[in-house]
Amino acid sequence: MSATVQSTIPVAHHFDDAKQQYLSAELGMWAFLAQEVMFFGGVFCAYAVYRFRFPHEFIAGSHRLDVMLGTINTAVLLTSSLTMVLAVHAAQMNRRWLLVLNLVLTMLLGGTFLGVKAFEYHHKYVERLVPGRSFDFEYAAAGHGHGHGVVTDGVKHEKLKQEEASPASGNEESAPAINPKKVELFFSLYFIMTGLHALHMVIGIAVLLVLAIAAARGAFDGGRFTHIEMTGLYWHFVDIVWVFLFPLLYLIR
Amino acid sequence: MGVPVPAVVLDSVIWKDGRMDPTRERMTPHIVPIATYLKVFAALFVLLIVTVLAAQVHMGVLNTPVAMIIAVAKAVLIVLVFMHVRYANPLVRIFAAAGFFWLIILFALTFSDVLTRW
Repeated sequence: MSATVQSTIPVAHHFDDAKQQYLSAELGMWAFLAQEVMFFGGVFCAYAVYRFRFPHEFIAGSHRLDVMLGTINTAVLLTSSLTMVLAVHAAQMNRRWLLVLNLVLTMLLGGTFLGVKAFEYHHKYVERLVPGRSFDFEYAAAGHGHGHGVVTDGVKHEKLKQEEASPASGNEESAPAINPKKVELFFSLYFIMTGLHALHMVIGIAVLLVLAIAAARGAFDGGRFTHIEMTGLYWHFVDIVWVFLFPLLYLIR
Repeated sequence: MGVPVPAVVLDSVIWKDGRMDPTRERMTPHIVPIATYLKVFAALFVLLIVTVLAAQVHMGVLNTPVAMIIAVAKAVLIVLVFMHVRYANPLVRIFAAAGFFWLIILFALTFSDVLTRW
């Protein structure tokens, strides 16, 4: 298989040889990713602490998320990781247009993920689940905000609030009391965690765009796959972050 | 360092990988077969379906550990094969492990506080 890659790799003057140059890039990328693990680790730890303290509120908040959309997005991201490794493979096999195709497919899948995410964010906005002054968990819990009806009139809403407050509406026996402020905490963490993840996706797509253009011009011909491989490491890392975010935010019961 | 170590041996220990040819001028990458990537991808999809189905089953306190075990399994597959750590030299493996090792320290110290407050 190694016979496919025969061209000599240009070596920068501060490296002894192509081997040292490649291993330096690989090691540097992993040092960066280890730092990224700590970066996301902070918010994951904050999530764990508050999930532990307010389990019922976190479950109530999680029920407002769409498991189907989350599952679709996970599948989209896993597929984008496949096209990313196929891009690395194409670069290693010196197949220029297969490389460009796989880079573009990875970008499109990443864009699909962000599109679904934007749809979800919009839905949360309509349901008044964005933390802040407009946050209103009773409004969302009463089933408002579905079907793009946008914001209904406040009078009806107030009436509904009173109904919920009255002891007659005890449809949930033995269910623990839910503190809306703590549900708001869940949604704060939801938006911070998925927002930071989406930011990483945006950066990844931008890098992929640069790589795809450079690849089309032949910058990675002759088995120069280092840039593709390093971007792949980043892309897979962002995928792994979502692999943990998905069950923690969408699937808790 | 009194014991002389032949450069070839040292090289094979520190930079153990199959990426470079003996002349050290060309990169002859360790090319993972596409079939391996497809198998891992299939496994990741199966694990995704399993984790979604497992969440529908009420297992009480076990739900979160089960979800986390499946997530770790997916992450390990991605790290070892897609991120090529399985084929990488020991130094890269140490760097990859270090991030997760410090993550464990972060959680352990935090929860040694949180779990012991009454």
